[in-house]
Amino acid sequence: MTENERTTGTQLVKRGLAEMLTGGVIMDVVDAEQARIAEDAGAVAVMALERVPSDIRRDGGVARMSDPAMIEDIKAAVTIPVMAKARIGHFAEAQVLQSLGVDFVDESEVLTPADESHHIDKWAFEVPFVCGATNLGEALRRISEGAAMLRSKGEAGTGNIVEAVRHLRSIRGDIAKLTVADSAEQFEWAKRLGAPLPLVQEVAATGKLPVPLFCAGGIATPADASLVMQLGAEAVFVGSGIFKSSDPVRMASAVVEATTNYTDPVIVAKVSRGLGDAMPGLEIASLQTTFAERGW
Amino acid sequence: MTAAAGGVVGVLALQGAVRPHQHVLEGLGVTTTLVRSPDDLESVDAMVLPGGESTTIWMLAQANGLAAALKHRLDGGMPALGTCAGMILLAGTVLDGRADQGSLGALDVAVRRNAFGRQVASFEADLAVDGLAGPPFHAVFIRAPFVERVGDGVEVLASVDGHPVAIRQGAVLATAFHPELAGDDRIHRMFVGSLAG
Repeated sequence: MTENERTTGTQLVKRGLAEMLTGGVIMDVVDAEQARIAEDAGAVAVMALERVPSDIRRDGGVARMSDPAMIEDIKAAVTIPVMAKARIGHFAEAQVLQSLGVDFVDESEVLTPADESHHIDKWAFEVPFVCGATNLGEALRRISEGAAMLRSKGEAGTGNIVEAVRHLRSIRGDIAKLTVADSAEQFEWAKRLGAPLPLVQEVAATGKLPVPLFCAGGIATPADASLVMQLGAEAVFVGSGIFKSSDPVRMASAVVEATTNYTDPVIVAKVSRGLGDAMPGLEIASLQTTFAERGW
Repeated sequence: MTAAAGGVVGVLALQGAVRPHQHVLEGLGVTTTLVRSPDDLESVDAMVLPGGESTTIWMLAQANGLAAALKHRLDGGMPALGTCAGMILLAGTVLDGRADQGSLGALDVAVRRNAFGRQVASFEADLAVDGLAGPPFHAVFIRAPFVERVGDGVEVLASVDGHPVAIRQGAVLATAFHPELAGDDRIHRMFVGSLAG
């Protein structure tokens, strides 16, 4: 065997890592100790951030990228992939995160947007990106900008699953309709979705997005995880839902088991028993700020 | 093609790249089934262990007794193909794993997790693989492991910079890379072909 020329940062290795995380749970953590709890519970990755979304919501103000020292602490604490969030359009924050060696950057509406009309050009990076979407048009625009994974936006920090369900149903429902559109109708779909025609044609032909679709925003219980997996999510992000519950260690394991065994209500019942309080929930109508409206 | 002769191939489906493997196997005419519990294992003749997070997969397999059942079947000679995390699960020794991370011991090797580095170091490379006819195999490495110590009876089929990344011991085949993502079914054919014999 001789030397092997290596190509890094390709779509295949970016989408490939997203594929490796499918069927798993990605947990928000704010320090090394929480990261270890997440890994101990079987999380496939952790999202390093200074405040979980429910605290960002409570505190108000401008939410930014986390302190690099904190991200490095978390990287050192676990062996699983570490993700971190950059503000929408804030490519300099994304550059910093890439230089820190994080495994995925979340261009996230949970942070305060830095650009009102441009998302980050994600093709310019070696590190893969995940982006949120509320509908198929948004999903395809993010893919056209180079996102390697999509997630529903849901409504982060509320413990209320209703928005994530709406987004998943909208994306999956439009994909299903698109598969029966003829070639002439696909042009109209591209126009209506505001998405590039080649991506619309690809989805029409394959019946799925070219990158994995995960669920985020409002998952607070094992049954929530089972619900969204049955609605077609390929993995789940849990933000405030673990560490704002009354027993994070048990809640973390329970959500992992429910995600793996999402089709088996007996197992979901078993892991849900005596879990204590889930995170406090919020009605969407009562919110002052809806994160899901950020991004376009 | 070798469907009937190969029997049913189980795909470990606790977490990870399950569907891409199923897709390639079904393209070869193989009957597959998803394996999440010891009961699921009873109907299968061979197993594919996909990539994913080896810590997560091991923990879930331990929790419901699937790890012990798999080990029993592998000790009894069940053929298996492991890719990336699957290679780690099949190894005798795991380096850079969690302190409590065990493995199935079907391959007499020590495998180092994330040996090529973090995601920004993930790469594609063309690889000469012993036993594959035709052009080099386009291999996709994602936070990939490599083999650090190889015991007697383990064949090294391919290496990167001197580190084994494709190995075979008896009926068990393993790669540090992801043949299910490359659009090239030759590694799966090699595995399925070995089942017929």
